This record gives sequence, structure tokens and C-alpha cells, in this order.
Amino acid sequence: MPYTINTPRDQQEMLEAIGVESLDELFAMVPEEIRLGGDLHIPPAMSEMEMTRHMAELAGKNQSTADSVCFLGGGSYDHFVPAVVDFVASRSEFYTSYTPYQPEVSQGNLQATFEYQTLITQLTGMDVSNASVYDGGSAATEAVLMSLAATRRSGRVVTTDTVHPEYRQILQTYLANVDTELITVAASDGRIDLPRLTEQITDETACVLIQHPNFFGSLEDVERIALAAHNAGALLIVSVDPMSLGLLRRPGELGADIVVAEGQSLGTPMLYGGPYLGILACREKFLRRMPGRICGQTVDRRGKRCFVLTLQTREQHIRREKATSNICTNQGLFALRASVYLALMGPQGMRELGNLCLQKARYAAERICQSERFELAFDAPTFKEFVVRDIDGNVDDLLAHAASQGVFAGVPLGKWYPDLADCFLVAVTEKRTQADIDRLVSALRANSRKVAASYA
Amino acid sequence: MRNTQSTQLLFELSSPGRRAARLPACDVPERPVEELLPAELLADQPPPLPELSEPDVVRHYTNLSTMNMSVDTNFYPLGSCTMKYNPKRNERIAAMAGLADLHPYQPEESLQGMLQLLFELQEMLVEISGLDVVSLQPAAGAQGELAALMMAAAYYRQRGEQRTKVLTPDSSHGTNPASAAMAGFDAVTVNSNGNGCVDMDDLRSKLDEQTAVFMITNPSTLGLFDQQVAEIASVVHGAGGLIYLDGANMNAILGITRPGDFGADMMHFNPHKTFSGPHGGGGPGAGPIAVRQQLAAYLPSPIVVQDGDTYRLDDDRPLSIGRVRSFFGNVGVLVRAYIYIRTHGPDGLRRVSENAVLNANYLLARVKHFLPIPHGDRCMHEFVASAAQLKTDRGVTAMDIGKRLLDFGYHTPTVYFPLTVAEAIMIEPTETESKETLDAFAETLLRVVDESPQLLHEAPHTTTISRPDEVQAARKPVLTWVAE
Amino acid sequence: MNPENLLFAKTHEWVHVEDSDGAKIATVGLSAFAIEALTDLVFVDLPEVGRAVTAGEPLGEIESVKAVSDLYSPVSGEVIEANTPLADDLEKLSEDVYGAGWLVKIKIGDEAGLADLMDYATYQKQCEEEA
Repeated sequence: MPYTINTPRDQQEMLEAIGVESLDELFAMVPEEIRLGGDLHIPPAMSEMEMTRHMAELAGKNQSTADSVCFLGGGSYDHFVPAVVDFVASRSEFYTSYTPYQPEVSQGNLQATFEYQTLITQLTGMDVSNASVYDGGSAATEAVLMSLAATRRSGRVVTTDTVHPEYRQILQTYLANVDTELITVAASDGRIDLPRLTEQITDETACVLIQHPNFFGSLEDVERIALAAHNAGALLIVSVDPMSLGLLRRPGELGADIVVAEGQSLGTPMLYGGPYLGILACREKFLRRMPGRICGQTVDRRGKRCFVLTLQTREQHIRREKATSNICTNQGLFALRASVYLALMGPQGMRELGNLCLQKARYAAERICQSERFELAFDAPTFKEFVVRDIDGNVDDLLAHAASQGVFAGVPLGKWYPDLADCFLVAVTEKRTQADIDRLVSALRANSRKVAASYA
Repeated sequence: MRNTQSTQLLFELSSPGRRAARLPACDVPERPVEELLPAELLADQPPPLPELSEPDVVRHYTNLSTMNMSVDTNFYPLGSCTMKYNPKRNERIAAMAGLADLHPYQPEESLQGMLQLLFELQEMLVEISGLDVVSLQPAAGAQGELAALMMAAAYYRQRGEQRTKVLTPDSSHGTNPASAAMAGFDAVTVNSNGNGCVDMDDLRSKLDEQTAVFMITNPSTLGLFDQQVAEIASVVHGAGGLIYLDGANMNAILGITRPGDFGADMMHFNPHKTFSGPHGGGGPGAGPIAVRQQLAAYLPSPIVVQDGDTYRLDDDRPLSIGRVRSFFGNVGVLVRAYIYIRTHGPDGLRRVSENAVLNANYLLARVKHFLPIPHGDRCMHEFVASAAQLKTDRGVTAMDIGKRLLDFGYHTPTVYFPLTVAEAIMIEPTETESKETLDAFAETLLRVVDESPQLLHEAPHTTTISRPDEVQAARKPVLTWVAE
Repeated sequence: MNPENLLFAKTHEWVHVEDSDGAKIATVGLSAFAIEALTDLVFVDLPEVGRAVTAGEPLGEIESVKAVSDLYSPVSGEVIEANTPLADDLEKLSEDVYGAGWLVKIKIGDEAGLADLMDYATYQKQCEEEA
């Protein structure tokens, strides 16, 4: 009841105006035999105070990254979120509005979306961006579906096991009911094996989907992969880490046809996995194959510049079963957060941020590998993540012990890569200090000693 | 009083060398980037983002925000979108570090509170739906639909049945047929009858051994509860098909009736509507799905299970369709739904629906005297009026009326949807509006329908812009800012 | 071109057939009635040259701000030319419906479809009934 407003007197007056005796009579449309006889079996209502206490108890059963040191990555990262991002995103007029169906009273959202689209093209070097999709995985999957339509090829999609395993799982789910073969090429030494990849790209291949930096943190040879894809008439889809683009060349300059990314790092907390931001940008010629909302500039009846949702004929509410996608909502709030974040960072901020991630990750890798127990699993150059091999092969105990010391040391890889069961993925953001890294190293060492002692 | 610079773009406000964010100095031994990464991968210069100060950014966005209508500032009777009040307590609680600052790959032992919450939410949605098992993974209602249709495909494949068709009513959301097509089905439209409900003859004629699923929105997009629903279920089940319930309109039936009790086999919830998640200018949503036991094995993985005193993620489910989203799903939206349900309890949820339906019927009773309601005198949580007569008589359209309401501080109702009603004006007041608000709105609407057509065609008159040229926007798309 | 000399499909496409090197070439456009009914066109999606088309089957699409309509091929054959510049100059569609507003040229393969087309007077009658 907390937010219903009608008093008993209001209710009485309203029922009279409607011409019914009781609230129950309003539901005459619902046949008696399918009515719920009694109450729903859910717990009784709590007041705000009780609820706050209850939730604090639940929260207390979690070990948050706020009171630990977080080196976890794999698509969700502990980057710093400036206060202005929270301030802007919590403005009621952004927070409690909906899809800008009425441009006259949505210019704030529409202009912010237009700016978001522009910022994303600046960041990626692509021509156009949509207003966002659900997450990095759905962006990658929607990009693949776009490529099937754009190339009019439906025979094959080629990807590699260096792409986020969960993104590939989503893709597999979406392709299960269409006649398109999904080929996943195995990496060698943590990177794409170009000859092996090229072999799989046929004249029936709609696209090649890669990730750069890849799931292991390694950088790929995007330009040569683009060439291999284009030689066969296939599109190249690149999933990027937006935080790397202050330092690395933009995918638009490397030959990507569609660029996708998980945008969580751009100003959104980790939230146990969501909601996040699916970034999707492409070359202009694929614009009409794009899923989701797109905002465009125009003028109003008095000639004033303004913004509207446009190219809506692509979408489900008009084209129904022939739409480019079934996607309806975008992640407006997180597109806004990303825009504010990028506006605060600017070009220099993004460059410095990239450098901090790179330097700290490299330092952490070297410090960890000073122990004889650990080595880097791969030789390829990395950005902010890298894979460590535990020569003792005891990753689960190692990570559990570190967590008990308040350090989330890395993501074990065995679940997705049985060959890498002795490896874990370490991510180092700009938030990690030298002291944090020292703590990581000592948490991993402490366990080495403990294990060694127990063998003795 | 309005800040005249407020419509300048970030890029126009940019000035070289201006900065907001200052990052800390590097506290580990630093090496030249060129030594760490191959030169051919490095950018010569950073991306050409705008350069702004922090006050620039704050003023820019604060001013932009004032150009939006929102639930916190205005009555927002946008039919089908359930624009109810977004409780502030949900926000403060959901922002607790122990709930917000959790990485999706933390060890399960460090997530017991979160997993307990999600498990309890699964159980509560099971109870509210009257179905058996829930997956919280889909990121939006549309993705929930798609996941469920993929499950139906997998279910029939497992049974060795070839079923290729999904039936959707002509009044359905566009996502229904779009999801059907993406799941590899042929979408077939079923007509409505004169009462706005499913035309049973048309349904029977299109239903056959090829039919996998009939998707129904009940209450429908017309705000009507289809009383034939039990018969529909028995006819569809008789043909070996499944019933999918689009849960967009659950706000009308919480604690009144349950989809599982009226024949649904699968459904999605829209927690951002029914359970008050803030809409954030177009998202995020979430799209949990509930299904009957016989379909449970096909749900997306993982789901949360309880083992004695501990909770864990179960993804060892060989028949599962797999994943539709990375990580666990839109947890932030789910946490708010959990808080919403727990602060209402069974009694509170029923009152939500009772008052949503009371408010809609009251408004309908006030409006019907001057704006025809083609589908009768009663509704559930929303109703659809038609401006068709006004258009014929005076050339005034649903769009004109909707635009004029903006001048009085009311958000335009949903117009031109559903497609089955000419000049449709779809009004959903929700339960969180007072009688005074509804009275004032009805009086405004009464005044507006009598205003001069010319005044209405040019409305709105008081907003920062009016009637943008959508033709130009679509003909020559300008989708990014370009330096002049 | 004078519309009175053209043939029309039920789905509102006009057709002008001429002989060229022994082959029959159909120039296809969309009728003035259809263009007016669709209002404010924003995009036209034409088939690529070389595509085989069948009478009565979709040929392309034409879009207004909030609607999409299929274009149907009035004849069967192979697309030999598409009026691609039209996409950037959609005003031409309404300004010169039966001239510069043409959509595609099709080399007719199978003449069977031709018999189903109407003359101008019959088509006008159909339009009156629809209006």
C-alpha cells in the first residue's frame, strides 16, 4: 500500500462515479473460476525501516568489492565512477522519464542520446552508432544478425575462442533456430591464429567476430584479420574495451565494419552483472540494418534545431515480424552515464586512464611472476588484463584463500577452457594502487607458503 | 529565465585544453608505452572527444534534464508503459555497497546475500505467476519473450515435433511477432473480434499441428481482460500448442488472478513497469520468465538454487537453451523489484492492482462522455479512447490532442497503438495518482477536445520546441554532430 | 509518360513495356494514387541489378516515417537497371511519377504476368473503390 493515494472517501466517490458498488465489482471481467481464492503466499509487507534493516543484513552477507581489493575482470570492471555521473543520472527528469516518444518534452533525453551517438563514433572511429542495446553480449549478437542481413549470406559465422565465452554462448543460443553454422576457431598462445582463422572464412561467411583486447587481455592483429574477412566478402565485427581507446588505434581505422562493446566501464558500477550498456556502432552503409533506437537531428516547425527518434521503420513496433530485431528498449540511463563519463574524461583523460591501466597491469604481472609458482600463460602484448598460470595447478584453493584475505585475485578459466584449468585472469584498473598490487602479491604468496607447508 | 546556452551540444561547448577529470599520478614504476605495446597498435593521438570542465558538464546536463517530462515531475499516463511512481527507498537501498559493488565473477561464498535475494525473488515470481520455475536472466520483456519462444522450439525439438508457427493477436506489441521471427518461427496474426478480444473462429482456423505457441497479452493492450482465456488455453493445448502470456499488463491482476491459473504455460514480467523500476529515459528493464515444470529444463542458465543453508548458481542444465545475456542479468532492476514486492506484501500488491483498475475506470467514466471508448464502459488498468469521430467532424487527430496536453503539463498518452483502434489514445493512469490529478486531467481533456482545430494542429505552444520535422530527419539522417 | 498509355498492377505499380533488341523491357514505377496515399516518403529500397523477380512477389520496399510498404514486381524477369539516385531525391517520386520517378527496369522473362495487369481506366476504377 505504500504508494497508493486514494483515501476510503476517494474510493467511495470514484466507485459511485463509475457506477459500481465495490472494488470487487470492477473485476467482473475476470471470470470467478480463475480468480485467486485467497492471498498470494509471499511474505507480509515491511515498512521502509524494516526493509532497510533486512537489506542491510542481506548486503552484509556479501563480500563487496568496496571492502576488498578487486582484480576481477572478464567483461565487468572496477573502474572509478566520478561523482558527477551519479549526480546527473539521478536527476529525476532523466531517471524517471521514459522513451522519448514525445520529442517536445524529451529534448533532454534526445539531445543526450544524440551526443552519446556522437561520442561513441568519436571513440570507435565508426560512422554511426545506435542509442545502445542491453549489454556487450547482446551487442555482439545483434551485430552478427546485422551481418547476415547486410551480406545476404546465412551460411556461416566465424568467431574465435578468444571472444568472451558468455558472448559466444548468447550467439549460439540466438543462432540455434536459424540455419547458420557457427564456427569457433581455437586460439594459439592466447591469440587468434590467422592462417587457421582464414581457412574457415568461406564465400558463405557473413562475418568474423573477434575481440580486441581479447578475453585473455591480449591484443589481436585486427588489420590483418580485417583483410582476411574482407577478401572473402565477409564483415569484420570487433568487440572492444572502450577503456583501451585512449591508447590504442580505433577499430574504425583498423578495418572494422561493426564495433561492439560492453560499456559498463564508462561510469556504471558492477551491480553483480547488470544492468549494463551494449555499444553498437557501424559504417554508414549498414545503418538501416541496425537494431534498436536511433536519434537524429532535425528542425521543428519554427526552424529550431532539435532531435527525434528516427529511422523507426526498422523497428518492431512498425515492421513487426520483419523488424531488424525484436529489441524495444535501449539502455538510456547507461548511455547517459557513459556520455557524462566521456565528457568528463575528454581525450587526455582517456589517454591517461589507458596508460594507468597498462602500467599497473604490467607491474602487477611482473610482481606476480616473481614467484616461481606463477608464470604468464601467453606471450602476446596485453592491455589491462592478463592470464597467470599456477604451476602448482591449484587455482581454486589459491583464489579462495586470497578472497579470505580480502583480495579477489582473478577469474578462474577452467570453467570455459578446460585446457586452462591451471590459469586465472587478472584485471588491473586505474583504481588499483601499488599497495593494492602488493596486497595481491602477498595474498597469492601466503597461499604458496601454506600449500608448501602442508606438503612438508 | 531559461538558459539560452542549454541547447548547445557538448561538442560546441568544447574548448581545447579544458579538463574535468584529473587522474592520480602513476604510483608504480612507469615505462614508455612504446616499450610495452607494438607501435602499429598505438594511436597517434587520443580520440577526438570534447574537452570540458566539470561545471560545464554539470550545467549542460542539468539544463538538458529540465527539458524532459518525468514521473517525478508530471502525470505520465502513457498507456502500456505503467509509468508509476518510483520509490526513493528502493534507490537508497539498492545503492548499498554490499549490493551494488559486487563483481559478477566473485566466488559464490562471497555472494550469499545476493543469491538469497535472487532466489527469494524467483520464488515470489513463481507465486505471483502461478507457474513453477523462474529465470531472472532476460534483460528486457522483449528478450524474455524471445527466450521463451526459443525454449518452445527446443521443447518441441526434444519431443520430435515439427512446429513452425507462432500466433499473435493483431493488437499485440510489435515485439511479439518480431521475437517469433527471431526464434525461427513464422508469425501468424490472429484477428480480434468486435469486443477487442481474440476472435475464436479465427484462432481455431489458424491453429493446427504446426502451431507451437499462441502469444496472448491478458489483460490486452485494449485494457480488457479476455474472458475466453480458459477456452483459448484449452483449444490451444488441445492442438498441442503452448500459451505464452505477455506480462506487460500484470499491474492489473496482482493477487487477483494468476497467469498459471488461467492457462498460461510461459510468461515474462516487466519489473520496470509492474514492480516500479525507474525507466531511465528508455531503459533499463528486465524480463524474468516463468514457466511450467515441463518447460523448466529449457530455461536459460544459470538459475539460483538452494542447497541447505547455501545458495548457488546452477548451470549444469543440459537441456537449457543456453544464455541470452552475459552474467546474471539486470540485477539492479531485480533488486528494486524485490524491495517493491517485499514492501507491499500480498495485501499491498492486491491493492496496487485494485487501485490501478479503480483509477483507470474512474478516468474512463469521466472521459467517455466526450471521447468515445470503442470497447465499452469498463476496463482493467488502462483504456483506449478514439479520436476517429473528432477527426471526421473537425479534423482533429489523436496526435493533436496528445500534443496539446503537453501545454498543460501532462505527458501525451500512448497514441496510434494498438493498431486495431483508429486514432487510438491509450490512457494508463496507474495506482500512484490521486483522484485530484485524475479530475484535473479529465477536465483538461474536456477543454482540449473543444479547442479550435488550428490551435490543436500547432500544439504544443509552450514547450522549447514544437512538431519536429520527422520527414526530414528520416530522409536525410543526421545522426552525429559534425564540426562545421 | 502519359499514364493512360501504361499498365497497372493491383498493388499500384505502373508498367511501361517496350521492345529492345528483341527483348521486352518493363519500366516499373509506383502510381500517383499510391504515392499520395503513402505520404511523406523517406526511403526506397530497390533490388540490385541482376536479381531475378517474379510477378506478384516483393521487389523492394518503400518507407514513410512510420510505415513500410512492399513493392511488388508486376512482371517476371531480371532486374537490369535500378533508379538508385532516386533514394537521394525522393521528391522526384511525387513530382514526376511516370517519368523520373521510375524505380526499376526489368527484362521480361516470362510474359504470363502481363495478362493480369490493367489498363488505366480499370485501375482508376480500383482506386476509386479503395479511396
